[in-house]
Amino acid sequence: MSAVTSPIAESSLDWKLPYKGKVGMASLIIAESAIFTIFVVAYLFYLGKSITGPTPREVLETPIFFTICLLSSSLTIHLASKELENGHRKTFLILWSITIALGALFLFGTALEWHRLIYERGLTISTNLFGTTYYSLVGLHATHVTVGLVMLTVVLLFGLADRVGIDQSARIATLSMYWHFVDAVWVVVFTVVYLVGR
Amino acid sequence: MVRSDQIRKLLSKVAGIAVLLAGELLAASLCFGAPNNPSQLPSIFDPRSTPSKSIYHLSYFVLSITGLIFVVVFALLVYAVVKFRKRPGDDGREPAQVYGSTQIELAWTVIPILIVVVLFLATARVIHSIQDAPKPENAVEVVAVGHQFWWEFRYPQLGVVTANELHIPVSEGVQPTPTFLTLLSADTDHSFWVPQLAGKTDLIPNRVNHMWMDPYETGIFLGQCAQYCGTQHAKMLLRVYVDSSEEFAAWARAQQQPAVIGANVTAGQRVFETTACINCHAIGGTVADGRFGPDLTHLMSRQTIASGAAENTKANLRLWIQKPDAIKPGSLMPAMQLKNADLDALVDYLETLR
Amino acid sequence: MSSDAIAIPNAGTEARPWVEVMHEWVTTVDHKRLGILYIVYALIFLVVGGIEATIIRIQLIRAHNDFVSPQVFNRMFTMHGTTMIFFVAMPILFGFANYLVPLMIGARDMAFPRLNAFSFWLTALGGILLYFSFLGGNGLYGAGNAPDVGWWAYAPLTAKAFSPGPSSDYWTIALLISGFGSIGTAINLIATIFSLRCPGMTLGRMPLFAWLNLVMSGIVLIALTPLSAAQIMLLVDRYLGGHFFDTQAGGSAAIWMHFFWIFGHPEVYVLIIPSFAFMSEIIPVFSRKPIFGYPVMVGATVCIAFLSMSVWAHHIFTIGMSSSANSFFAITSMAIGVPTGIKIFNWIGTMWGGSIQFKTAMLFSVGFLFQFLIAGLTGIMLASAPFDWQLSLSYFVVAHFHYVIVGGILFAVFAAFYYWYPKMTGRMLNEPLGKLHFWLFFLGFHATFDVMHFAGILGMPRRIYTYEPRPGWETLNLIVTVGAFIQGVAILVFVANLVYSYFKGPKAGNDPWDAWTLEWSVSSPPPAYNFASIPVVESRRPLWDLKHPEDPDSRYE
Repeated sequence: MSAVTSPIAESSLDWKLPYKGKVGMASLIIAESAIFTIFVVAYLFYLGKSITGPTPREVLETPIFFTICLLSSSLTIHLASKELENGHRKTFLILWSITIALGALFLFGTALEWHRLIYERGLTISTNLFGTTYYSLVGLHATHVTVGLVMLTVVLLFGLADRVGIDQSARIATLSMYWHFVDAVWVVVFTVVYLVGR
Repeated sequence: MVRSDQIRKLLSKVAGIAVLLAGELLAASLCFGAPNNPSQLPSIFDPRSTPSKSIYHLSYFVLSITGLIFVVVFALLVYAVVKFRKRPGDDGREPAQVYGSTQIELAWTVIPILIVVVLFLATARVIHSIQDAPKPENAVEVVAVGHQFWWEFRYPQLGVVTANELHIPVSEGVQPTPTFLTLLSADTDHSFWVPQLAGKTDLIPNRVNHMWMDPYETGIFLGQCAQYCGTQHAKMLLRVYVDSSEEFAAWARAQQQPAVIGANVTAGQRVFETTACINCHAIGGTVADGRFGPDLTHLMSRQTIASGAAENTKANLRLWIQKPDAIKPGSLMPAMQLKNADLDALVDYLETLR
Repeated sequence: MSSDAIAIPNAGTEARPWVEVMHEWVTTVDHKRLGILYIVYALIFLVVGGIEATIIRIQLIRAHNDFVSPQVFNRMFTMHGTTMIFFVAMPILFGFANYLVPLMIGARDMAFPRLNAFSFWLTALGGILLYFSFLGGNGLYGAGNAPDVGWWAYAPLTAKAFSPGPSSDYWTIALLISGFGSIGTAINLIATIFSLRCPGMTLGRMPLFAWLNLVMSGIVLIALTPLSAAQIMLLVDRYLGGHFFDTQAGGSAAIWMHFFWIFGHPEVYVLIIPSFAFMSEIIPVFSRKPIFGYPVMVGATVCIAFLSMSVWAHHIFTIGMSSSANSFFAITSMAIGVPTGIKIFNWIGTMWGGSIQFKTAMLFSVGFLFQFLIAGLTGIMLASAPFDWQLSLSYFVVAHFHYVIVGGILFAVFAAFYYWYPKMTGRMLNEPLGKLHFWLFFLGFHATFDVMHFAGILGMPRRIYTYEPRPGWETLNLIVTVGAFIQGVAILVFVANLVYSYFKGPKAGNDPWDAWTLEWSVSSPPPAYNFASIPVVESRRPLWDLKHPEDPDSRYE
């Protein structure tokens, strides 16, 4: 039984399928959205149900500056990706580094806030329901930011070693999708924790 | 293949299926046959109270519809398997390649949707009638608290606290007296299931659930915890005594009294009150006021101990105190490690608590 | 020209050192090898899970039996459920998907071969970690042994207060790890199906097997992560002092139930949809007709996937939700029966007017249709919430879901074995042994699971290590146990067939069943690169077009 082959027909068909990296990343983002949704649902469900301890209103301070940092990093990574597509490797590297710096700044801000909450306001993960749900949700997000920063740094190192060019722009775009997702999640978390939840 | 082989194979298959059917008929008959003591078989198809009866009628409706669907689809399947099998004399041509049929597919989409609507309407009516039933003024109120691995029953209107064996009045005549239960839990999830009286409802910590029943016959109805709650989930049994209204009133009056301690049992009472017993158990009218374990004020008014795991006899009581693992391994009753003399005295004391 | 015309140098000419062979298998990223690894892994755990079931059944053969202690029994039913769902059913279905999807869509491998290998090994690690728990022995009074909290691990039974040792943690962490493996495979399948189809194979021309695995993967993405989330919350409670499920701190036990079943219900569709995929490939070939109503089959499956996200609380009708909530979940649960029922009709429609050959694969398929019909109907009974208030948490439910999983999924898996084993190994399975396997298993299955329904009706709850001698309970349990042993014998026959045929089975050739999808166009087993050159297709059944050039499918689509 001969194989189904038609070597000539291949080129006559206009056969364009989506880039597998994008599809894979989109699927990962869908899965991660589900995990965040459950943590957000738990946070919302437990609002006002703590038996003791500080309430959100008493201890939370809205992190406007660090939020701006993180959201701006979405802009810089988008620009970086575009520059790479056009072959401007140096500009790409600069914008990429700024993205990492902004992301790191955001994490630093989270660390500052947690330090204040724990040592000045006495809110830990085991204090009450608010503490548990707050640290879990914000912590889950911060973990994803950290993983993202690691990936971005790896790309930076490759870039500094002159290994990132136009041919890698599809992969860079895929990684940017992840970073945009992390920022989008922060918009949701920010709204739920600092706006709705108070 | 030789004809005799074919016949033998066919006969063995028929025999196998016949054995199977016989087993199933036997099993089914157990559900509907009349055992000697009807109230000892907790069958969901033997309702003695309004909630279980509503469910029973609904179940017949659902079973008829699903039964009909089964018969129709099964007939189609059997017909297809028999009529369209490849015949030995087949010339090897492929049959007509049919890709689908919009009309047929539409029909077998619409008809199931209609069936679902009908089933749902019947279902919603019963959900509402059971869950949203108003509580009449003269309802008996019971608070049931689930523990690992026993049932606490409190009657707030009557000031009664008891364990494991629930007494409720029969609910018949002009002024029915249903029993409304509030369900709580002291530790993990449990579920109150006495099939002949009502569907089951869970007891969940930090959550208040409700159920009701209005048995229209006296008798003893059996059930058990239905939500896995730990090692001895299997022996967290339930006995519901449906008493006539006079019997129930008498029972309640007796339960309201403090402990009626017999004579010559001071030694046993001393053992009880100076060892760990009083940490967990309460005996009304004495210093014992523990809440972790069952209330023992009227221990001897119960037919069983350890939540139905053993008959309430002197020997079992002695064994339960000395070596609970022999009756219910993994229960939270500790082995009391008493000397024989102390144990005998203690059991004598407990045996007077009617 | 033939795809096996390209000779593979040194292929099987001399015996290679076993270390080299092992190394190849352990480091493989080939989807076919990984598929076989998944399948063999699952078969081993099938036997282990079966042994756990046998222990359960022996203990329940009579009232007040003492074959095992309650502690051991509780571990048995927990491990049996966890093993069968996560380390038998899921791996075996992923294994078949892994093996077949690239071949069916004309690709050389999955989109991300290394992720594929990583996902398999994560799953494997999860299973090993779970079973490592048995080494806990009687330390900590047995609290360090295998988990004994049921496969749903309801809170607060899993809290430190009630499960002081690491037994619950084995359950949590093993499933967390293998869950990530499953998500990896789902991502891989989706990317493969969207990005690696051969020219001409539009989504509308893909075999239903690929479509259904695509839908299954979509469900995995959305459904497995809620379980991971809940498990992370449980770990926060147990080790960081959190209060997610701490009822003493105002936490909710019910929220675990909701999160678990938000995973748990779609999960059962993750299991049944690939089984539908098997049926949708096997029934047409043995009926000699195309699948009846391809577009509706796709549409119904997508419908099922969406609806499956809205029915979860029918598993917890008894927890005291409001009448409106109960009514909502009742109607969604009944509604999901419609697209599911439609599929049964479409399969019968496929057989209708055909020329059915009752090879073993088809016998199992007909068994599937019969049993899945019954399972679906008992499901409708359970969807009627008040009826469920009696039937839930009893042996009726146990009978229902085993009817789906064993009578449905396992029968479909057996069919898949008899159908695709020739492709994977190059040898046919023995037909008479196959028929013996079928009839023995059919007999044992029905003896056990038909009768089990009645035990539930007579008031027997589940997860009890022993029972009172209520009238009828002992007789029913005896029959159930006998059936279990018969099934065990049938499985032994099956395993013997697998092993024997590997060495002595007749050679299969490329296309022993005269089938129509691309995997039958290559040799058995396929070469490592799958296709000598990537095929181009013009219809849903490319091999039918080749075999019937005068009447190709492409003319009708």
